[in-house]
Amino acid sequence: MLLNKRHPEEVLVLTKRIHEPGYDGSIDAYLKHGGYKQYLKAVEMTPEQVIDEVKVSNLRGRGGAGFPTGMKWGFVPRQSEKPKYIVVNADESEPGTCKDRVLMENDPHLLIEGCLIAARTIGAQLGYIYIRGEYRFLVEITERAIDEAYKAGWLGENIQGTGQTFHLRAHTGAGAYECGEESALLESLEGKRGVPRIRPPFPAVSGLYQSPTILNNVETFAAVPSILEMGGKAWAALGIEKAGGTKLTCLTGHLNNPGVFELPLGYPVEKMINTVGGGIPKGRKLKAFIPGGSSCPVLTGDEAWPLTMDYDSMAKAGSMLGSGGVVVMDETTDMVKAALRIMHFYAHESCGWCIPCREGTTWLKKILHRLDEGHATAKDIDLVGDLAKNMLGRTFCPLGDAAALPTISIVHKFRHEFEAKIAHTAAPPTAEQLVALN
Amino acid sequence: MVASDVQTVTININGREIQAPSGQLLIDAAKQSGIEVPAFCYYEGMALQAACRMCLVKIEKMPKLQAACTIPVAEGMIVHTEVPEVIEARKSMLEFLLSNHPLDCPVCDKGGECELQDMTFRYGLGESRFTEIKIHTPEKQWSPVVYFDSPRCILCYRCVRVCGEGMGVHALGVVNRGVVSEIAPNLNDHLNCDECGACIDICPVGALTSGPYRYKTRPWEMNHVGTVCTHCSNGCKTTLGVKNDEIIRGNNRDRSGLNDEFLCVKGRYGWDFHRHPERLTSPLVRKDGKLVEVPWSEALKTVANRFSEIAARGGTIGVAGSNHTTNEENFFLQKFARQGLKTPHIDHHRTGDVVALLDALSGSTGSLGTAEDFLNSKAILVVGADLSQQQPFLANQIRTNVRHRQAHVYVVTPGPVREDQTAKASVRYTDAGTLDRAVAGLHDALKAEPELLIVFGDAIRGEQVKRLVEFGASFGTAVKYVCLVDHANSRGASDMGLYPHLGPGYSSVDKGMALPEMLGDATLDALWVVGSNPLKKAALASSTAFVVVQDLFLTETAQRADVVFPAAHAYEKSGTITNVCGQVQRLKPGVRTMGAKPDLEIMGLLAKEMGLKLGIWTHDALFEEIRRTVRGYNVPLPLIQTGGAASTEPVNGRIALDGRPELVVSSGDTLYTSGTLGRYSKMLNSLIESPGALYKA
Amino acid sequence: MTFSPTLEERFSKLLDSYPEGKTRSAVIPMLLYAQDEIGSVTPELVQEVARRCRVTPLQVEEVVGYYSMLHRKPMGRIHLQVCTNISCMLVGAMELYGHASRKLGIGHKQVTADGQFSLEEVECMGACSWAPAIQTNYDFHYNVTPEKLDQLLDSLKKIQ
Repeated sequence: MLLNKRHPEEVLVLTKRIHEPGYDGSIDAYLKHGGYKQYLKAVEMTPEQVIDEVKVSNLRGRGGAGFPTGMKWGFVPRQSEKPKYIVVNADESEPGTCKDRVLMENDPHLLIEGCLIAARTIGAQLGYIYIRGEYRFLVEITERAIDEAYKAGWLGENIQGTGQTFHLRAHTGAGAYECGEESALLESLEGKRGVPRIRPPFPAVSGLYQSPTILNNVETFAAVPSILEMGGKAWAALGIEKAGGTKLTCLTGHLNNPGVFELPLGYPVEKMINTVGGGIPKGRKLKAFIPGGSSCPVLTGDEAWPLTMDYDSMAKAGSMLGSGGVVVMDETTDMVKAALRIMHFYAHESCGWCIPCREGTTWLKKILHRLDEGHATAKDIDLVGDLAKNMLGRTFCPLGDAAALPTISIVHKFRHEFEAKIAHTAAPPTAEQLVALN
Repeated sequence: MVASDVQTVTININGREIQAPSGQLLIDAAKQSGIEVPAFCYYEGMALQAACRMCLVKIEKMPKLQAACTIPVAEGMIVHTEVPEVIEARKSMLEFLLSNHPLDCPVCDKGGECELQDMTFRYGLGESRFTEIKIHTPEKQWSPVVYFDSPRCILCYRCVRVCGEGMGVHALGVVNRGVVSEIAPNLNDHLNCDECGACIDICPVGALTSGPYRYKTRPWEMNHVGTVCTHCSNGCKTTLGVKNDEIIRGNNRDRSGLNDEFLCVKGRYGWDFHRHPERLTSPLVRKDGKLVEVPWSEALKTVANRFSEIAARGGTIGVAGSNHTTNEENFFLQKFARQGLKTPHIDHHRTGDVVALLDALSGSTGSLGTAEDFLNSKAILVVGADLSQQQPFLANQIRTNVRHRQAHVYVVTPGPVREDQTAKASVRYTDAGTLDRAVAGLHDALKAEPELLIVFGDAIRGEQVKRLVEFGASFGTAVKYVCLVDHANSRGASDMGLYPHLGPGYSSVDKGMALPEMLGDATLDALWVVGSNPLKKAALASSTAFVVVQDLFLTETAQRADVVFPAAHAYEKSGTITNVCGQVQRLKPGVRTMGAKPDLEIMGLLAKEMGLKLGIWTHDALFEEIRRTVRGYNVPLPLIQTGGAASTEPVNGRIALDGRPELVVSSGDTLYTSGTLGRYSKMLNSLIESPGALYKA
Repeated sequence: MTFSPTLEERFSKLLDSYPEGKTRSAVIPMLLYAQDEIGSVTPELVQEVARRCRVTPLQVEEVVGYYSMLHRKPMGRIHLQVCTNISCMLVGAMELYGHASRKLGIGHKQVTADGQFSLEEVECMGACSWAPAIQTNYDFHYNVTPEKLDQLLDSLKKIQ
């Protein structure tokens, strides 16, 4: 099992069982450690009480957008002629993010219990866990856990004598970042191209098979049992005002002790890097910082140091908390290459539906490639910023912004590195130096 | 929708107060107020895409620009469509679009009528900042009709939608991802579809082009002639693109006529019989057993002399009229036969039992369905007809109805039909007995419908028509009927009295021989066939009969003729025709063929040569006469003259039936065949032979 | 087409996983599982999946090209996927990819002549805290160095 050593600074809520010695994530182990009790608690509560508890907890979606979960659940119509569905977004693919897998691999029943509570709350009888195709091992682990839950009567019909029916299935994706966007995920789950839908209607009203659907990230569902256990208020108090609880944070990049750690919201960046992350190797300086996956605007080291890891603090600094994928870049990092690699990713993952994202990401990739190779002119630097701005806020779904934001910030904040690369360009590029795609 | 149940909201666009129905899309509300919000992917009547991002507008109190194509108007909305932010966004979209667009406009078929050109001209940047290598993929041919040039494609998905939602064919999809996303056909490298060409017409750029039109002309070099398609009975308006007396294309992009933009493959591409090398351009007279070319005067004189001689001695003359010729021609032909030749023996190939329906409906009003009823009726019952194959426009009306108004469709057919896809109930039958039972089985469902349109093909004839009308009447709801017929003017031939027992307007006349009897009469002295080919399937019993044929080609019947007149086709003529629903429209000549003459002119010259006094034989004069004398045809002249379709009133009274329902036989044409015209259309034949043809002949 | 009993069992379970009339949902998993067994998404497989899921072949084609894990051509027995996305790139993934490419003598999406190995530079595979990460088929390997990669490839060669 992939699990880094517990750090004393961690506040273990979602991962508390995982770190128990000998804990193997089986249903027996889960039940022994108080598993599925919160579901039974939810059975005693009305749906409104459960939603209120989640609202009080200040739980915000852990996939990256940070939408208040209680509010999202509240949008599901009570009465519906159509069946309702639970869908788990386990398409973890935001670069820098690898937290959901830790929960799913080590404590799969926690996710199942979260789904069960959500299903009870909105009256869903069927749910899907959409797992990215690359995580085949998690499909297997999840399927095994689901089988265990069926056998032990925690899934299926008349669950534990409550009269509730809930079926849960694992569903594999096949390689598409865009399917992390909730409406694209639903399209994919329906067997189509992972192209986002026009919204409204939102999934709460018309989601899977045009039916009311709760769709949340793995960590969001996994947080629900502990919210019921601790009570929303106490859970909220783990974090800071307006952003309750803990967040699984993935420390990646130039760090002595990278790993996935459960830290309370509002945790200081400086401590996160230097204490939890063990500092930057060789005592190097922090050049750039991505708070939560490559879609976030990049911060300079100076900008990042005084911040805390929460929604408002990051927003104030012009970035966002995102998915919890922290990327630490030290002074040796080539920011032109970083920009190129990020754009390479978005060009590869653009679904192609709308014009600005489809054309913009590839065009930007080509220019950045020339910049990196030293075949560009000063005008090209402006063009990169300009094209990224032309995508920003104008694309069909957030992928365009996700590509534009880091690019704009890198060009703006590290312009000198781009300029350094063109300094020696003697002549405009020849046709051979231009990059052909495919 | 009734005006009273729609709430009106007030919005403000560019400082102008505008009233719009609540829920209307902003892009439509703007358009109705004369404010253009440009868009590629938005297409009225089709699913929303929000993909091209051209329609982004500024709405106050909203953080980002909004796509006007997906946002409904709301009270108090303040919208700006011409502020710098919006203008800037449009420029950037066009810049993105053009980045990988080949800019081969000088050799692109679409050049001059390309929406991307127009948008760039109006809203675009003056320069290009793209210096990379453009993505290129080679052009592909998907069928005899459809060519696809992927680099030109802007991925607006109009083609995908018109094929799927519009045609119900779903032959186009999108493959790959991101910048290499591409439209793809359903059989890997070729199409299996209706070949209707709707995808080509709806393409805003030159990505989809048509085989017949490719590299033939620049759009501005053509004249455009709006006339009526000459193939099936649906009466679609088609606008012919004409250059140097050649037809280059047919479409209905101007949305004139009852068919909006719809056309099937025959309407769009089935005009190439016009310049077929075997087209007759000179009269032929049989000399020494061989048909030889002669001057018009000689041919006319030959026929006039023989007709006069036979008529004078009281010989038997049979006349076979056409399902393709105009009302005026049909009217004049029966007049010529009955008054000039004094023969009662006149008939035509009957493709539907219109007479039985009109008789069965006697006493009721408003019971004949129109093309609009297919679009609006809440429920439709289709009996014994594959509409997508044989009545493509009517089928399209039903699909549109289902899509926008959720009409209930009931299907009773011998085999699977496309209407099954959305039908509330589909029932199969094998023979007349099971047919009756299948229809009866739908009684309760149909009775529950607030209104119903019953459409039937040649499986329902004679007494069955009567029974079907009684069945419909038993519901006590508003029920309308359409008796399906096959050819462009089958209905007109019927209305103009090309029957051995009925005159114009279904008036009773002295009974003559029906067509099979004429052919079987060994003593027949003369047979005059106008625009028809009865000898294709039957033999002529009389070996001595003098046979005169007017046609475009040397058909089986023409080969037996003693004199053949080269006739003009509908695209070379004036006059009116009546569609399957009894709607009259006017033809407009677009081209001419040296040597051929319209049938009316041939008949008129013949009358003159024979010294017959049959009145003025211009189309206008004859149409006036028809309006005055043929029951049901007193239609408003301005409507006809301006290209509209006028409904003819049903004949209301009992009609003498000849008790010969077996004479009603559908031609069995498919989407790719069209009688003689189809046989001489290279395009239609190539479709039948192409591997992807959805329908085999 | 016929598949192994295990796969057939998986397919029938898969088709049962979705509500009545929603068998289209099974298209993507079915393609991926079938590819695992037969090596690539062949034209026959497209037809077969279309038939089993009651969709048109075009609807299957539409997704084949969309999802990056679906391949129309067979990959090697061991499909080596090297992530070079940002977190991995920072700790040597580019060099690792170059090393793999040189060692195997093949480039992006190419297969060795003996069909044993194929190489692909992939996007983030969700193992960022243990970078650089690679996958051999579905197996993850973390904190990979060129030396560790050599050992891994050698051991995989031996299994054969």
